[in-house]
Amino acid sequence: MIKSILVRKSQGSQYIPDLRAANPIGFRGKPVISEAACANGCNACLAACPSRAISLDPVRIDMGRCVLCGDCEPVCPSEKLSFNNDFKLASTDRDALTISSAHPDIDPIKVSEALHKRFGRSLKLRSVSAGGCNGCEMEINALSNVNFDLGRYGIDMVASPRHADGLVLSGPISRNMADALQIAWDAIPEPKLVIAVGACAISGGIFAECNEVDRAFLDKFKPALYVPGCPTHPLSFISGILDLLGISD
Amino acid sequence: MRTSKAVLIADLRSSPPKSSYEFSHRCADSLDAGDHLITLFGRHEKSNRHWGTIVTAVFQTTAGELKVFRGQAEDGKHYPSLTHTYPVAQIFERELWEQTGLQPDGHPWLKPVRFEGERQQRMTDYPFFKVRGREVHEVGVGPIHAGVIEPGHFRFMCLGEKVHHLEIQLGYQHRGVEALLLRRPPMALASIVESICGDSSVAYAWGYCAAVEALSNSPVSLETDLLRGIALEMERIAMHVATLNGLATDVAFLQGGGTYGRLRTAIINATQRVCGNRFGRGWLRPGRARELSEVLRQDLIQTLTAFARDFTEINELMLASLSVKARFQGTGIVSTKTAQELGLVGVVARASGVEIDTRVQLPGRVYERFPAELITESSGDCWARMKQRMREADASVQWLLKVLGDTALDLSGSAAPDALGKPLAPETLCLSLIEGTRGPVVQVLETSSQGQLLHYKVQDPSLPNWFGLAMALRDNDISDFPICNKSFDLSYCGNDL
Repeated sequence: MIKSILVRKSQGSQYIPDLRAANPIGFRGKPVISEAACANGCNACLAACPSRAISLDPVRIDMGRCVLCGDCEPVCPSEKLSFNNDFKLASTDRDALTISSAHPDIDPIKVSEALHKRFGRSLKLRSVSAGGCNGCEMEINALSNVNFDLGRYGIDMVASPRHADGLVLSGPISRNMADALQIAWDAIPEPKLVIAVGACAISGGIFAECNEVDRAFLDKFKPALYVPGCPTHPLSFISGILDLLGISD
Repeated sequence: MRTSKAVLIADLRSSPPKSSYEFSHRCADSLDAGDHLITLFGRHEKSNRHWGTIVTAVFQTTAGELKVFRGQAEDGKHYPSLTHTYPVAQIFERELWEQTGLQPDGHPWLKPVRFEGERQQRMTDYPFFKVRGREVHEVGVGPIHAGVIEPGHFRFMCLGEKVHHLEIQLGYQHRGVEALLLRRPPMALASIVESICGDSSVAYAWGYCAAVEALSNSPVSLETDLLRGIALEMERIAMHVATLNGLATDVAFLQGGGTYGRLRTAIINATQRVCGNRFGRGWLRPGRARELSEVLRQDLIQTLTAFARDFTEINELMLASLSVKARFQGTGIVSTKTAQELGLVGVVARASGVEIDTRVQLPGRVYERFPAELITESSGDCWARMKQRMREADASVQWLLKVLGDTALDLSGSAAPDALGKPLAPETLCLSLIEGTRGPVVQVLETSSQGQLLHYKVQDPSLPNWFGLAMALRDNDISDFPICNKSFDLSYCGNDL
C-alpha cells in the first residue's frame, strides 16, 4: 500500500493540460515549401518520395499521401523543402490536404454544428485496422493513455461497433480485410461517421498501388475527417477531432 | 561461412541448386546435427521455358556458422516434407507451398499462412481442425477484436471452459509487401521497410540497410552502426513497455497500465527528438544514421536515467502484487522442449529457457564492442514472459547508458561517405538478422545476373512464434487467452506481409 502510494507520488501529474497548445519537440510534421526556384528539370524530390505525394510546377505535397519520412528534404538542391513540428494536419476536405508555397497551411477545420450538437459531449469510436502496420494502431491506443487522456472530452474507443458512433479506419484496406470492415461498419447504428487515420487509410499511402489492397469501401462515402501521418501523431488526431466537434477546453 | 556478423553473403554462382529431394535430405541431416533452421522459403521463376521453384534454406550450425542450402523443383514436382519429422519446418513449408505451389508430401498441417495470391478474400474457406465429441464446442473470435489491435481470427476448441486446441488464422493484414519491395530501386526502400511491421521499424530498417550495404560493398563506419544499435535498443525498450502496459491492463492492475503508458511516452518522445518520429522512422537509411549531437546525447542519458528509476519502482510493485501473480503464474506454459521443437525464437523462446539471442550468438561489431547480456527465464508461463520483458528492457537501458556514456566515442557526426551509387553484386544472396523486440527479423535479398533485386524475402519473428501461442493455450481456460496473447505480443502485419 505504501509502495503503491510512493509510485503514485513519483508518477506525478502526467497529463498534457492543453493538448492543442502542446509542443512535440523534434516531430517531423508539416512540410514547409519555400518559394525558392527549382533547379532546371530537377525531379529529385519526386524520385525520393516513396508514396508519390509530391507533384511539380509548382511543388505541392499531398498530405493524404505523405508519410513524413523527410527523404525529400536532403535531396533538394534548392533547399526548398523542410518540415516543422506543426501537428495540426487534419482536414475535413480531402482536396485541402495539399500544401504548396501558395497554400502553406492546412485550412483550419470548421466546426460542424450538426456533429457538435450530436457528439460534442460524447463520441464513441470503434477502431478497425485493415492492413495497418500497427503504427497508427499504437498511436490510437496512446490517445487514451495518461498523457493524452482523450477520454476527458468524452471521446472513447469502444469494443463493440453497436456501441459506436463512428469508425476509426487505419491501414490501406487489405482485400482480405474488406469484408470484415464492411460488417463492422454495417453494425454501427446511424448516424455514423468515418475517420481516416494515417496516409494508408486516406490514400493507400505506400501501399496504394498494391494489388492486395481494395479501397472500394471508401468509394461509397467520404470520411468526416482525414488525419495525415505515418503513423498519425496523437496530437494530430486530437486537435482534428476537437476542432470538428467544436470542443473547447 | 564462419561469421560473427549477423549478415551472410553467398555467391550463388559457385553452388547451383540441388534437386528438391537432395535439398530435403541435406536439410534433414543438418537438423539431425542440431542446427537451427533460420529460414526456408521459395521463389517461383521461369527458367529454360519451364516454371519451377528455387528453394533456399539457411541454418545456423551449433558452432555458430551460417550455411545456405538451395534446391530446385519444376512445377508439379513434390518432395518429402521435413515437418513430418522436424516440426520446426512447419510454417516455412506451409508458406513455401502457398507462395510457389511446391508440394511437401506428408505435411500434417498444410494450410494457407496468409491467403495470398488467388486465395485472397477466401478467408472463410480456412480448413479448421475439428475436435469431435459430445459437449465439445467451438468459440470463434475475430478478425476484429475488442481492443485497438490488428485483426486475426482465433478458433477455440473447448470442452467446457477448457481449451483443447486453439487454431489461429491470419492473413487479414496481407497487403503484398514482398512484391512491393521489388517495384522501387533497391536503395529507396527504407520507408516501405519501416512499414512492414510498424512497431519494429528500426529492426527492419537496420536489417535492410545492412543487407543493401553488404550487397553493394558499401561498408559504414562503426559510429553509424552504433547509432543504429542505439535506435534499436530504444525501440526494444518502448515495445517491451507497451507489452507490459497491455499485460497490466489485461489483469486490471491499473497502476501498471497508467505508469507503463507514460514511461513508454518518455522513451518514444526521446526517439522523436532524435529522428523526428516516435517510432524511429527516418533514423536509419542506407549508408547513414541520424547522428546524436552532444545535446541529444545528454538528453537521452537523462531520459533513460529517469526512466530506469521509475521503471524499477513499478516493476517491483507489479511483481509483488498477489492478483498479478495469481493470474500469470502457471498460465500459458510453453516448456523448453516444446519451444525447441517448434523452433520458437526471441523473447518468447528465452522465457521458456531457450538460450537464443542473435545479439549474443552473432554479435557483429556493435555487440562485440558492447556485449548484450543473454537473459532467460525458466518457467515458460505468462509470468516468465512478463519478467523476461522487464529484464530485457532493463538490460537495454543499461546497454544504452554504457554506449552513451562512452566519451571515447564521437556519435555527433557520422561522416560516413555516401558511397551508395555502387551496383549490387550479381547472383548473390544476402541474409541479415536483427534481434528486434520480438526476436530475429530475417531479411533475405537475392540478385539476378544483372545485379537486379530478384527476390526480397521478409520473415518476422512472429511467423514461427504464432504456433507457440496456440500450444500455450492448451488446457488453459478461454479467459486466459487475452493474457497469453498479450504476453506473446506477436505481430499480425509482420506475419501477413
